[in-house]
Amino acid sequence: MDQFIINLIFVGASFALYIGIAVWARAGSTSEFYAAGRGVHPITNGMATGADWMSAASFISMAGLIAFVGYDNSTFLMGWTGGYVLLALLLAPYLRKFGKFTVSEFIGDRYYSKTARLVAVICLIVASTTYVIGQMTGVGVAFGRFLEVDNTTGLIIGALVVFAYAVFGGMKGVTYTQVAQYIVLILAYTIPAIFISLQLTGNPIPGLGLFGEHTASGEPLLAKLDQIVTDLGFKEYTAHHSNTLNMVLFTLSLMIGTAGLPHVIMRFFTVPRVSDARWSAGWTLVFIALLYLTAPAVGAMARLNITDLMWPEGTESQAVSVEQIQTDPEYQWMLTWQKTGLLGWEDKNDDGRIQYYNDASEEMQARAEEEGWVGNELTNFNRDILVLANPEIANLPAWVIGLVAAGGLAAALSTAAGLLLAISSAVSHDLIKGHFVPGISEKGELLSARIAMALAIVVASYLGLNPPGFAAQTVALAFGLAAASIFPALMMGIFWKKINNSGAVAGMLAGLVVTLVYIFLHKGWFFIPDTNQFSDADPLLGPIKSTSFGAIGAAVNFLVAYIVASMTKETPQEIKDLVESVRVPKGAGDASAGH
Amino acid sequence: MSEKDSSAAYWKANVRLIAWSLVIWALVSFGFGILLRPVLSGISVGGTDLGFWFAQQGSILVFLVLIFFYAWRMNKLDAEHGVGEE
Repeated sequence: MDQFIINLIFVGASFALYIGIAVWARAGSTSEFYAAGRGVHPITNGMATGADWMSAASFISMAGLIAFVGYDNSTFLMGWTGGYVLLALLLAPYLRKFGKFTVSEFIGDRYYSKTARLVAVICLIVASTTYVIGQMTGVGVAFGRFLEVDNTTGLIIGALVVFAYAVFGGMKGVTYTQVAQYIVLILAYTIPAIFISLQLTGNPIPGLGLFGEHTASGEPLLAKLDQIVTDLGFKEYTAHHSNTLNMVLFTLSLMIGTAGLPHVIMRFFTVPRVSDARWSAGWTLVFIALLYLTAPAVGAMARLNITDLMWPEGTESQAVSVEQIQTDPEYQWMLTWQKTGLLGWEDKNDDGRIQYYNDASEEMQARAEEEGWVGNELTNFNRDILVLANPEIANLPAWVIGLVAAGGLAAALSTAAGLLLAISSAVSHDLIKGHFVPGISEKGELLSARIAMALAIVVASYLGLNPPGFAAQTVALAFGLAAASIFPALMMGIFWKKINNSGAVAGMLAGLVVTLVYIFLHKGWFFIPDTNQFSDADPLLGPIKSTSFGAIGAAVNFLVAYIVASMTKETPQEIKDLVESVRVPKGAGDASAGH
Repeated sequence: MSEKDSSAAYWKANVRLIAWSLVIWALVSFGFGILLRPVLSGISVGGTDLGFWFAQQGSILVFLVLIFFYAWRMNKLDAEHGVGEE
């Protein structure tokens, strides 16, 4: 059977499942639309949060970024898991005790200020919209490959599907749908990884295989990988090359950002009890760790396989021939991906072979001259295609490839839907109902939620066509923004009674603005290409790239809030009492939507 | 103990637990995974060194243990100080 048909069956069947569940659990009232009632078990909630969390960035993009860089990109692994420790220890149980539906409601009440709430909503919208841009990049890659069309067409079709999907149900539909999506995406990620780990190391657990022995050479897998990549003039895979300060700040930004993202935090409002909020964070990380412990193995093994395919007789011998790429079924994936415009090669020296090497390396230039090469001929290998192409690269059975297509779409769709929900609730519930039109009807609120969703997806798709980076990099920017604006306000609200309304507002604004400006200076104003004054290759502040700036933005936020709070009027007693009550689980009731 | 003293003691114990947990959190990721990697380079693990393992596997496993330990410990603290939900 044709691979396209098999993909269609897998994708079609998984979508039928999600839509079936969404219809079965359709949201009726506003409170169901946002928080699905309060009957979600911590394990169920953990899986749903896992699906919500693991987006195109984790599923489609991350392993590719690790594969082509190696150790230095471990930052993604530590950053996107370590944030759950902050969430579990510093935020989740207290926000659940507080008992409202949205992050901005907490900020509005804790800082007894409509302005604080408004600023929080703006921060949420900025961070979430940036996040959706990254998702749309991933959606474009996934749909482009699946439908075998170019990236742009894939993105537009994908955007329509995401919109239809998000409008369908509120979080109730989404909670159970996301459990199904989690199962599809984790199988899709781990099954090919297990196959590949068995092929290369004989170990069925990819995370162990990564540190195991490469069966073909008898050497440790990572030592073999280091050797073949350095043979081609690339940097040693396991070594530390990038700036240490930037690595630390980047990891920290991702961690703090995780604990400041509305669509993740919102999940912890939906568990029955405060103690469940603590367990829920743990279960969420269990389900996320299944993917994150596998991802570095996927990256390293794919890099090994790609190098082997490009140099079938070894790196010291002849490169693969153009004829072989065009006729050998093992290279079929290259032809399919070429159609998306995300993979490309060119026989520059007309020797009938495609030499893949680092043409910037001096050693390689010497060899190139000797052998008559005129530059790297694998001219384009978009990092975001690696995970989706991985089962084809490893020549796995057709059903595995179909499963991965379904998983990639599930990952991109589920997060995009969750984010759109967070954006739409921020606009309709917090901005319109909470600020501008308090008397709006339930129907009007739902309608404005859907209009906000449509607008967000149009903006994100437009910017997703010319993204500021690969999916995971754009998403990292969103984390920086959340880290700099939301997290400090939440944490200080719980741990520091002294921080008052003026302090919080000044802190959030300072953190958001300074981070946003730093990002725009490097990535273009409003992410419009070619409007940037600096580049991440040579950042404004020494080694600190725009993706790492969130940690500094958070520090600015804390500092400004402290200074302003100590110069302005003290926090009133009833707010101090509110903070006291949030700190103890006793008396946690159901959440309420209004005031 | 009055209710107020009890919640103050509870909060103090909680903050101490959080502080220790965060020390471990930072040690395994920023410490072993990045800054202290050169120090650990003598300990080899599967073709590379312990710092690489912490950066790509170990830190995640420690994070998991930390969160479950904290949840378990806090549920006990809730009961000890009489501030639990029931």
